[in-house]
Amino acid sequence: MYKPNDLVLRTTTSLIAFILLGFAIYLLLAGHNSPGGGFVGGLLTSGAILLMYMAYGMEVVKKIIPINFTLLIPIGLAFAVGTGIGSFIFNVPFLSQTFGYFHLPIFGEIELATAMIFDIGVYFTVVGVMMTIILTIANDQ
Amino acid sequence: MIFAVLIPLIIACFIPLLSKLKDKIHTGIFVFFVPFLIFLYFVQFLGEDFQPIRHTYNWIPSLGINFDFYLDGLSLLFALLISGIGALVVLYSIFYLSKQERLGSFYVYLLMFMTAMLGVVLSDNIFVLYTFWELTSISSFLLIGYWHFKERSRYGALKSMLITIFGGLSMFGGFILLWVVTGTTSIQEMINQVDIILNSSYLPLILAFVLLGAFTKSAQFPFHIWLPDAMEAPTPVSAYLHSATMVKAGLFLIARFSPIFSGSEWFFIVVSLVGIITLCWGSYMAVRQTDLKAILAFSTISQLGMIMAMLGFGTTAAVFAAIFHILNHATFKGSLFMVAGIIDHETGTRDIRKLGGLITFLPITATLALFGTFSMAGVPLPFLNGFYSKELFFDATLHLENTTFLAEVIPYLAVFGSIFTFVYSMYFFFGVFTGPKQLDKLPKKPHEAPIGMLLSPIVLVAGVILIGLFPNIVNAPFLLHAAQAVNPDVEFHKVYFWHGIDSPALHMSLIVVAIGIILFVTRKKWSKVYTILPGKLSLNKVYDQIVEKLDVISGAITRSYMTGSLKNYMSIILATTLIVSFVFMFITNGFTLEYDYLADVTILEVSVVIIMIIAAVATIFTNHNIAAILVLGVVGYGVAILFVVYRAPDIALTQFVIETVTVALFLLCFYHLPKMRKTTDSAGTKMTNMLISVGFGALMTMVAISAHSSNWFESISDYFVETSYKLGGGHNIVNVILVDMRGLDTLFEIAVLGIAALAIIGLIKLKKDKGAQ
Repeated sequence: MYKPNDLVLRTTTSLIAFILLGFAIYLLLAGHNSPGGGFVGGLLTSGAILLMYMAYGMEVVKKIIPINFTLLIPIGLAFAVGTGIGSFIFNVPFLSQTFGYFHLPIFGEIELATAMIFDIGVYFTVVGVMMTIILTIANDQ
Repeated sequence: MIFAVLIPLIIACFIPLLSKLKDKIHTGIFVFFVPFLIFLYFVQFLGEDFQPIRHTYNWIPSLGINFDFYLDGLSLLFALLISGIGALVVLYSIFYLSKQERLGSFYVYLLMFMTAMLGVVLSDNIFVLYTFWELTSISSFLLIGYWHFKERSRYGALKSMLITIFGGLSMFGGFILLWVVTGTTSIQEMINQVDIILNSSYLPLILAFVLLGAFTKSAQFPFHIWLPDAMEAPTPVSAYLHSATMVKAGLFLIARFSPIFSGSEWFFIVVSLVGIITLCWGSYMAVRQTDLKAILAFSTISQLGMIMAMLGFGTTAAVFAAIFHILNHATFKGSLFMVAGIIDHETGTRDIRKLGGLITFLPITATLALFGTFSMAGVPLPFLNGFYSKELFFDATLHLENTTFLAEVIPYLAVFGSIFTFVYSMYFFFGVFTGPKQLDKLPKKPHEAPIGMLLSPIVLVAGVILIGLFPNIVNAPFLLHAAQAVNPDVEFHKVYFWHGIDSPALHMSLIVVAIGIILFVTRKKWSKVYTILPGKLSLNKVYDQIVEKLDVISGAITRSYMTGSLKNYMSIILATTLIVSFVFMFITNGFTLEYDYLADVTILEVSVVIIMIIAAVATIFTNHNIAAILVLGVVGYGVAILFVVYRAPDIALTQFVIETVTVALFLLCFYHLPKMRKTTDSAGTKMTNMLISVGFGALMTMVAISAHSSNWFESISDYFVETSYKLGGGHNIVNVILVDMRGLDTLFEIAVLGIAALAIIGLIKLKKDKGAQ
């Protein structure tokens, strides 16, 4: 069987994939105040994972990241719906968001918004959806 | 009174239970008491000092639709006919239908019909009347198709259904217009508002719709064609529905509404003309028939035409004669149908060419038939009721209040129709009971019917003779009230057998008898006229053609646009949008062009747009898959750059990534995509496609320009800019809108994504049938 020598690809991937993942997480967290958000963050994350798939092959990546991506879809939706339902506890309408400033050790003064939980839901869903679609179609051959 | 109407329906609910006992007791015996008791109930109202009675039972009071039962002379006449003949028909059917038949269904339908018919004649509310009217159509449909394993039965049932429901619906339209004009649902209150109705601009429509309903139900020309085919029903049904009751519902309707409509000139013209044509055509066609029941069917058509014509005349004498003849016709025609049923039952055939000389085998039946047919023919004998009403009819035709051309012709047409009535009546009697015996042609050896079967026709013939001997016996307590309900001016006048030798009506009767005898004797010589008229002309063919062509044409129309080609559907959808939008834009003068809101154009925008245009045009003309995908990608990235130019970083980011993913997906699926081929479309189709696509592009451009040029409201974006940080705690306004201010949209968008992913799993992983590509 022909096996391509893709040493360059693999070496750069191990570097780039982490940069991509980091950037994706940054986009997710920074979304509230600068360009970015759950959607782009999710897309970039799935892009990084996809790159690993292309460089290392299905079997290896499955071992490294033992996640069933399809499961991420309901998890993400549960996060999103959960923030909505959470509003009821405080006797406010569905999907009411709020925010506040907290002083945490190490991080210092920081702004935390409930909208972030919602964005994380979006993030998980998008990762799940993208990975599911691409892996399903790619595996179909 | 509501019980009198609804009791048949209530009893009908128990018939399926009772019909389980049919091996021991014939179900009809239980049923017999229903019409009999109703008859007794209505008999108590008879009397010279009769006053109309009204009972109201709420149904839908908010719409003015209630069970308003109104019993006046006319309703009483019909109610007595329905219940009286109903009882006789049930008695007859006990001996006619064997216990092997589906008796449960038969009596359920029959009782349903009885309720419907009583409801029609007793309702004062037009909408309730319509409800019962359609119930008669439905139960008649069920009864005609009673032997549903016979092709002819199904055909006849469907035909009567289509024609009577057609009329019923148009009548409903007329009723709605009446209701709109008068604001009331009660017929009696409408009669009080005659002037409003007669001066309404809707009058021609109301008249046409209501008359259409009456004509189809009463089998008037040219809607009579369903009645001969309805003869496939069991004979008790033919005797009951198609001679005595249901076909008279149309006459009832005309009579009921004639206080309103008789003020209109058109009512006289249409109703008299249709009636007299039906009289002539029915009697002319009846002579041609060979089936006993077909003769009687055309005879019914002709007699109904005669009554219809008299109701159209509207004079006091004509109205009285019409009411009188309704009663007389019910007696002799009911008995004749039963006679035909006995002959069929005892010989096994109804074909008059095979019958003959039966008087020796069926002496009682022959006697009954003699009275029935001679009364139908109007033979001048003092014990036949048919003669009196026929003479009154002749008299009425000579004393029309109208002086148009029509009034001059009607007496001649009346004599013409009556001559043929005489001929077919004689043909019916002498063709069956005299002449050579043809026992070898009969499926059964004929013998006299059982007494139970003869009982009902005997009662009816007794009625014929009784009214014949004492023609005034029912006038004062009964017929006068009925006639007065139609025309309040009718006064009591005695009916005499003898009017003197110089009475013109008597001369007409004698002419009818004389020419009738000559025609009957020489029947074989002139019967060739039927090859000339109607010849090959047949209204049945017209009906069959209409039904068939409707099927064929609607099929062709549907197939012409339901081609199964998605391309065609797309063209239709786009072309429709195009035409509607352009026409709308043109009518409302909707296109506006304003230069005030436009920004300056930069070189960057222009160059990006030019690249996109080149790429978009290239997509259309490329013949290669990969090239098309990549060129499409150029358009996508161009859009992303435009987002950057217009300072939308979030959207630009998303657009970049999504475009990449889409292109990647296209390339993944590339293997499965069909090869692009040169289209084989004709130049015309290509031209149309081009026109549609260019037109659609132009439309969208115009809509976009117009929308941009008309700034009607303040934008709400200022609010978002102001409150994004204050309320949402974020500086990224787009993100705050997405997750906070309009989080619900986002929630469902990710749900859409999830569903799409699950659908793809379903499509690819859950392929059960590998063969289905």
